[in-house]
Amino acid sequence: MKTELLKHSSKALKGFALHIVGACRDLAPIIIVITIFQLAVLRQPFPQLMDVFVGLIFVILGLSIFVLGLEMGLFPIGEAMAEAFAYKGSLFWLLLFGFGLGFSTTIAEPALISVTKEAAVVAANGQYISSDSSAMQSYAMGLRITVALSVGIAIFIGLIRILKGWPVHYLIIGGYVIVMIMTAFAPPEIVGIAYDSGGVTTSTVTVPLVTALGVGLASTIRERNPLIDGFGLIAFASLLPIVFVMAYGMLVKG
Amino acid sequence: MNLIITFVHTLGLTVKDVLPVIFLLIFFQLTILRRSIPNWKRAVAGFVFVLLGLTFFLYGLETALFPIGKIMAIQLSSSKFVFNTANVPSNAGWYAYGWVYVFGALIGFATTVAEPALIAVSYKAHEVSRGGVNQWGLRLAVATGVAIGVAIGTFRIVTGTPLYIYIIAGYAIVVIQTLFAPREIIPLAYDSGGITTSTVTVPLIAALGLGLSQTIPGRNPLMDGFGLIAFASVFPIITVMGYAQIARWSVVRNLRIAKEK
Repeated sequence: MKTELLKHSSKALKGFALHIVGACRDLAPIIIVITIFQLAVLRQPFPQLMDVFVGLIFVILGLSIFVLGLEMGLFPIGEAMAEAFAYKGSLFWLLLFGFGLGFSTTIAEPALISVTKEAAVVAANGQYISSDSSAMQSYAMGLRITVALSVGIAIFIGLIRILKGWPVHYLIIGGYVIVMIMTAFAPPEIVGIAYDSGGVTTSTVTVPLVTALGVGLASTIRERNPLIDGFGLIAFASLLPIVFVMAYGMLVKG
Repeated sequence: MNLIITFVHTLGLTVKDVLPVIFLLIFFQLTILRRSIPNWKRAVAGFVFVLLGLTFFLYGLETALFPIGKIMAIQLSSSKFVFNTANVPSNAGWYAYGWVYVFGALIGFATTVAEPALIAVSYKAHEVSRGGVNQWGLRLAVATGVAIGVAIGTFRIVTGTPLYIYIIAGYAIVVIQTLFAPREIIPLAYDSGGITTSTVTVPLIAALGLGLSQTIPGRNPLMDGFGLIAFASVFPIITVMGYAQIARWSVVRNLRIAKEK
């Protein structure tokens, strides 16, 4: 019994050591780039070298633990839920879950909160809204809800696509055409923010969950190929916010 | 002591971000699905690991890499470094900012390689394709796309040309490539645009855009500081499809050579 336990824990330790080696390899490029630029291009010593060193150990440990948790928890949960929805056979609950997942993970996203605040300043500078703080706050909040809605709707549409087996590129290219047409009519001040909002919405916890949901769903439906039909949800979640933010910029003129 | 307070603060922020997802998962699990998750104890432990790992990761980035990376981005675009004068000379050409483009490309590449979301997706793609999609190949292709995107994006800020021209050109390339790329890679390539810009990449790239648009005369940080993330989301689509095209081409060529022998 005791030797069994010892064997098991030494195996787990070996696995974790491998994760640490992987994390070191993943982080090596950043460390190399920053060191070279600091010492050779800017020719400055490192400020607080000890802090940097301690911080790096945290980064490496954190990435190793994250990857371990990904394999143990996030992927299995996403796939188990996709399977459970397929087994239950209820389209309504699946789509509601997808919408909820997109909306709830986006509304609290810190990167989005900071972008919408800046967007309110831009809108006030362009005199689309008055520049008092309550008008700017409500503009930022409206934009946040708009983006969160758009991500929810994106996952909703993306799930329907997986069920129907539509090719992803027709929808995405159609989206590009809409983006191009709207760019011509949207206030120029909002265009940069709109284009960026597509990239900031998809966070580190959302991506694995949404990917596992799509791949899990495509694996349970017999006629679907997980590689061709399972991926693509993130693509919708990064395209639809661009459309919605430009529409918001066109409609809301305080 | 200070260290512990900052750490707990970071943990609190991470948990707060993930709380809506946890509520949603628990709600659907308990009320709608009511089907037990296989190995649920292990899965819950894994979720806790994800939270803890992300906290460690963010905490470390914020103490070690972000401050120095942000200072670096601002210093490299300052006129003191670029021209060795207090103000930007009026006849300054775009080529004077050579180090900014190099730094943008390299930091875009390096941060993308370390991006946890990309690690997750390439892991899944490798598994689902039964080894057909090479994890490192995919990650390096995405990182190359971000590198090209950020370099062109910083060039755009320096020259002050309109953002939409570049993005529309990028979209046009994506559409043309879609016609010729292997069908299996298309959804993954489209996804890679959204995955690249998360935890590690966004803060450093945003600092670069802000630093550049503040120092170059005639640029407005509120208008021109945006757009780098958009570049970093379009170009990986192009490089991932390109990578798949090259991989298929080399397989076909090897087959032909083998046949001739």
